[in-house]
Amino acid sequence: MINRNDILETVNMISKDHLDIRTITMGISLLDCGGDSKTFSDKIYDKITKRAEKLVAVGEEIEKEYGIPIINKRVSVTPIAIAGAGLDVEGFVNAAKAMDRAADTLGINFIGGYSALVQKGMSNADVNLINSIPQALAETSRVCSSVNIGSTKAGINMDAVKRMGEIIKETAYLTKDSGSIGCAKLVVFANAPDDNPFMAGAFHGVGEGETVLNVGVSGPGVVKTAVEKLVNADMEQLSAEIKRTAFKITRMGQLVALEASKRLGVPFGIVDLSLAPTPAIGDSVAEILEAMGIGQCGGCGTTAALAMLNDAVKKGGVMASSKVGGLSGAFIPVSEDAGMIKAVNDGVLSIEKLEAMTAVCSVGLDMIAVPGDTPAAVLSAMIADEAAIGVINAKTTAVRVIPAYGTKVGDSVDFGGLLGSAPVMKISSCDPSVFVNRCGMIPAPIHSLKN
Amino acid sequence: MNAVITVTGKDSKGIIAKVSTVCTEYGANIVDISQSVLRDYFVMFMIADISELKIKLAEFVDVMDDLAEKNGLKIQTMHEDIFNAMHRI
Repeated sequence: MINRNDILETVNMISKDHLDIRTITMGISLLDCGGDSKTFSDKIYDKITKRAEKLVAVGEEIEKEYGIPIINKRVSVTPIAIAGAGLDVEGFVNAAKAMDRAADTLGINFIGGYSALVQKGMSNADVNLINSIPQALAETSRVCSSVNIGSTKAGINMDAVKRMGEIIKETAYLTKDSGSIGCAKLVVFANAPDDNPFMAGAFHGVGEGETVLNVGVSGPGVVKTAVEKLVNADMEQLSAEIKRTAFKITRMGQLVALEASKRLGVPFGIVDLSLAPTPAIGDSVAEILEAMGIGQCGGCGTTAALAMLNDAVKKGGVMASSKVGGLSGAFIPVSEDAGMIKAVNDGVLSIEKLEAMTAVCSVGLDMIAVPGDTPAAVLSAMIADEAAIGVINAKTTAVRVIPAYGTKVGDSVDFGGLLGSAPVMKISSCDPSVFVNRCGMIPAPIHSLKN
Repeated sequence: MNAVITVTGKDSKGIIAKVSTVCTEYGANIVDISQSVLRDYFVMFMIADISELKIKLAEFVDVMDDLAEKNGLKIQTMHEDIFNAMHRI
């Protein structure tokens, strides 16, 4: 029989510590939707709305029966540059609008997969899609875009890196009336995973099946509460407790994933073991690190604390799920984490420290606002730095940076909802344009030659 | 198939009666119950067999939520699988 303490623990995790399923994301292949612009748009709208018809209803049903909040129900699709190869810029923008309409019909807040994979070079379709990103993000509200510009196997495509700096600037300008929010829906990846359920970087990889259901769990608040109780514990005890907590969180994710998969008739893909913060107080990754005793997030010790947290979450979670994938690690999106925002405003957390932190966790420089007049070359160089960390260390890294139009250091940009509000951070003013303009490929590292 | 019903709130007369009446009305059979009162604070854990529930579990959750609201209580009604998943290997 179920133990009273176990019942109480679960109920408290949900009601007090914000334990939730962050997202159930249905991946849908659009590889069979080819055609001219109108045909493609019609076909993808029909396929997405048909396949994911019951996603929201089933999500809400499970939420109620199990008493566990499922915050987001979302859809990811085959990278549109591949599914819509042959389209011109206008054709791609129309496809984005069709995706947006489909998301609206389904009642979901984000749809991912307006993406291109250009780690080794750009096809004509990739070039057109990338050129269409600013307009597509400005003229839709639910579409998320991502571009993979490097991988451990291929190296870093500096032509694409250069272009993405410019695209981010254009997107910021075209969405300037809403805090340059377009940039919050645009991720530049290195080593992008095919089965990530989290936005804005989710897409349905080309090696995936027709449809798949991926689940992202969360629970920074639960881990923080567990850590706070261990005031005098040594590192091993701390790590063991985080593992135990991560195990419980992931088991819940696995249960929901299997149940949703059964009810929707869609194969279960993976559980993504990530600690994803929200702007709510007590749901912060920074606060976990602070509970470990580093003082404030961004101070010395932050990277070590984060490394241990990230590792323990994976170790605890991996046994709890039959299939683990996606990003699986702690997220550090500045605007979405109350503790990070405070640390930036207090002058303790800098972009340089965040970059170091990304070497030991997922994903990268995430939801960081920088002054509106930051040159495109600086953004490109920032992307190259982050990609280098990912490519050399064989991990996923990403940049989601918002050069918020018209802002300067010390301002704040409010995006609302889960995207939170971002303090505008200081970024190096050195000019890296000669480096960025060299273009070409940074070759793959020696350890990519594994065969 | 069981549901775990957790009831908390300020103690008053007849809480168990009210909850069990609703359970009976909708075909949930109580298989285990434990309750205590600590400084006027009422806590009850109830496990009910819901295999013969007359309505969907999601609808039963709504009925329990209504009952909680009317009586100034907090009632959580959850499928037992979530506890088994989290606390059993």
